[in-house]
Amino acid sequence: MINFILSEFFIKKMEGALKKTKFNEAHYVLKGKMIEFCGWDLPVQYSGVSAEHVAVRTSGGIFDVSHMGEIFFRGPQALDAVQYLTSNDAAKLFPGKVQYSGLMTEKGCFVDDLLVHKISDTEYFIVVNAANLEKDYAWMKSKTTQFDVEVINESADYAQVAIQGPKAGKLLAEFTKTDLAAMSYYTFTKGEVMGMDAIIARTGYTGEYGFEVYIKDDAQKASKLFLELCQKGEKYGIVPVGLGARDSLRLECCMALYGNDIDDSHTILEANLAWILKLQKGDFIGKNVLLKQKETGIQRKLVGFEMIGRGIARHGYPVYVDGQQFETICSGTMTPFLKKAVGMTYLPIGKTEPGSEFQVKIREELVTAKVVATPFYKFDQKSI
Amino acid sequence: MARVNLFFSKDHEWLRVEGDMAVVGITDYAQHELGDVVFVDLPAVGKELKKGDSGANIESVKAVSDVYAPVSGKIVEVNQNLSNAPVLINQEPFAAGWIFKISMTQASELQELMDEKKYDEYLKGIAGE
Repeated sequence: MINFILSEFFIKKMEGALKKTKFNEAHYVLKGKMIEFCGWDLPVQYSGVSAEHVAVRTSGGIFDVSHMGEIFFRGPQALDAVQYLTSNDAAKLFPGKVQYSGLMTEKGCFVDDLLVHKISDTEYFIVVNAANLEKDYAWMKSKTTQFDVEVINESADYAQVAIQGPKAGKLLAEFTKTDLAAMSYYTFTKGEVMGMDAIIARTGYTGEYGFEVYIKDDAQKASKLFLELCQKGEKYGIVPVGLGARDSLRLECCMALYGNDIDDSHTILEANLAWILKLQKGDFIGKNVLLKQKETGIQRKLVGFEMIGRGIARHGYPVYVDGQQFETICSGTMTPFLKKAVGMTYLPIGKTEPGSEFQVKIREELVTAKVVATPFYKFDQKSI
Repeated sequence: MARVNLFFSKDHEWLRVEGDMAVVGITDYAQHELGDVVFVDLPAVGKELKKGDSGANIESVKAVSDVYAPVSGKIVEVNQNLSNAPVLINQEPFAAGWIFKISMTQASELQELMDEKKYDEYLKGIAGE
């Protein structure tokens, strides 16, 4: 018993000291269940994954996401460098606008997925996955030597707290004078949060209304902010949320996770992310391969599915289409809010339409699943 | 009430002897570590298990875990209530959250399990690690 065979979250690698986010002390005060994640000492849960997940959908949650990487592009050719590295069209951004994009390999696959924030014509602020930070930074630097731009990794300076859920705005408003209600989805602004300089973005990884706040102050002030958010959040039913629910929340609304759903062996078209691929913009890494693939068509596509038979499909379980094994499950769980066994997987073209059935090998049994429309969960604007 | 006839494995299963039959479940420590149980995969009645074989699977949102047979024998009954209410394992791990009943073929295997006092010490050892 207690062999957490699938959950990367529960594998403790105690090699050397773990990195601590600026909110670390708060997690111990809040009695979070701490685990190692990408070299960081982070909470996997506080009260419990299911309870935290449901709280975010109905009231709100507070997340330490400081492990994410912050990379700045500064210089006269900052835009050119961003355009060359990423799949989306960063020229469409205005100062204060955020864009979801792909950092592309030469083959049109993902080095990582990221958020591009335009501060000004000469300054962009990019947020990347913790697991890929070093790789991304090295990639960005080595691929932009022809541009007049400085690529700077400022991750160590930043702490990031996400406040997500229908009541997130009410809570954050108690800490800032910024007019949060006026902010539209995927915009950001500089402001003050509890007297600290902050970047406040209306972004998130939960499928809910919410904000991500970046601060540069020290650990003492940061932990105080985290604890006060939790304390003042109580009256709204807002609770601290760990990495466990962060994963189940993002899966319920079908937001891709690098290493699960997207990686360096599936293209952006196969990953069903054509909406962040702008082939009509100028040259960028991977463009030629993707142009060709768009012309010839893809052979497989990432889809959402629901189990029909009894069982939960998990990352890595073999997928069978017409009796033949076809890759493995990307992501899967029993989602706490919808209470359905759902997931995402690649399927061959022709088998990707909603209603199309396939099998998942769960332990030794083949269990039937069917393709369904995504996302599984979509938030109701009226709930705010 | 003191829990008599109760044995524990190092894998955090409990076993309660009822004649030559044993009821098996997971301990409070185990359910707590696992988190909210969302799915239980029960064995077929009649299945023969050797001590240490996986008898059932318990899943939470983020983890999958085997329930090993603490003794050898044949599955004679499974807790069907867990199909609709897997959370019983969290709520009442030692009572309504029982998982399967096994007819023991080698009662001597009980000697290799811990009693409650030894299990409590074992847990203290884990906590101190």
